[in-house]
Amino acid sequence: MTNKNLFDSKANGLIEHDHNHDGIDRRGFLKCMAWAGTGALCVIEGGVLKSYALGSQAGGKMKSRKVGGLRFVQISDSHMGFNKPANPDVVATLKAAVDKINALPESPDFILHTGDISHLSKPSEFDNVDQILKATNKEIFFVPGEHDVLNDDGAMFRERYGKNSKGQGWYSFDKNGVHFIALVNVMNLKAGGLGALGDDQLEWLEDDVRHLKSSRPIVVFAHIPLWSVYPQWGWGTDDGAQALSYLKKFGSVTVLNGHVHQTMQKVEGNVTFHTAFSTAFPQPAPGAAEGPGPMKVPSEQLRRVLGITDVNYLENRHALGLVDSSLV
Amino acid sequence: MRRRLLNSGLSIALPLVLSMTLALPVTRAKSEEAKSSAMEVRVDNFTFALDTLTIPVNSTITWVNKDDVPHVIASSDGLFKSKALDTDDRYSYTFSKAGSYSYYCSIHPKMVGKILVR
Ligand SMILES: [Cu+2]
Repeated sequence: MTNKNLFDSKANGLIEHDHNHDGIDRRGFLKCMAWAGTGALCVIEGGVLKSYALGSQAGGKMKSRKVGGLRFVQISDSHMGFNKPANPDVVATLKAAVDKINALPESPDFILHTGDISHLSKPSEFDNVDQILKATNKEIFFVPGEHDVLNDDGAMFRERYGKNSKGQGWYSFDKNGVHFIALVNVMNLKAGGLGALGDDQLEWLEDDVRHLKSSRPIVVFAHIPLWSVYPQWGWGTDDGAQALSYLKKFGSVTVLNGHVHQTMQKVEGNVTFHTAFSTAFPQPAPGAAEGPGPMKVPSEQLRRVLGITDVNYLENRHALGLVDSSLV
Repeated sequence: MRRRLLNSGLSIALPLVLSMTLALPVTRAKSEEAKSSAMEVRVDNFTFALDTLTIPVNSTITWVNKDDVPHVIASSDGLFKSKALDTDDRYSYTFSKAGSYSYYCSIHPKMVGKILVR
């Protein structure tokens, strides 16, 4: 594969130009990646991207600020079983993510995993991830990625991670006044299309939020972005807008996704969209390579483009605070 | 979507003599008419090397995955579907009736292709 090296793309400014006029903040993304390259926190708070160099005064403030409400971590795309040049040791990087979580100044209440737990849906791959994540001692909520439902329409995934889920694995729950909605958009995909939720799930979603007060903060998580990140590479969900239309009344909606193996954000009215790092391998910025596959970066730079997302909800604040931090 | 064709996007396996493989660089078109009865379609960079392929009845198509991620070959109407193909894995299907057969990758549905059987 001839994917352009991320750092080369950056050097020649490839991802700085928005030829697609699709509203993706590539500058913000670029800035974030640039900071990540020097060891930084990329922060999206109230829809504004802020980067803090680790150890700087601002970064120190971020770390030590008093928090309340709710705190959780999102991890994504661990791709256990992947062993190609883009990362020959996904066990080590997942363990590094666990170390990162365990070293957070404020321990999270729980963890969300936004899919592609495994690379090939093998029981041994799921076993490995479960074993490694045990070291966090946290409750973990999962949604499947397409790599987790390869040969059985998700039966094994639901057996392991979706015992109380509905349909193909969707569910909702409440934590400290925040309503969490886990969606599945990686099954029954139509030729030529994008991710899909399907009518049954949309119906369930409409019903699930009907009784909720509009002041209730909502967190939606699913594998493939619900917003149109880059449809040319399949980075979007055909009926994602339909799902979001049911959430219009809410004052604070946070949509957390994986799949694209890089951090991106967009704010539209009351909705903050955000995608997380992978713990396994990076993928190119939209359009920066011929295809969306695993991207090889120099091995000493790999852990700067992998990471976790720390999410913080303060009761008196409107939007949730999202802090992406790379593994190193 | 902008695509660049890769070298040896198509190879035709001649069933005659010593099962010799002739690699043809595909430079002009994304569709080919084939006279042989066994053909290979490379899956590379999230695309099918040939997105339209015309073959005689009873030809066998073999898809081979050259990507670092798995793909699943599935006909759009449910006629055939492979297991997940990891890197270098292959899947073959023999088309015994004339017709037009659309297929796609069921986990990356932006990847689509068509087989015309005559
Ligand atoms: Cu595919």
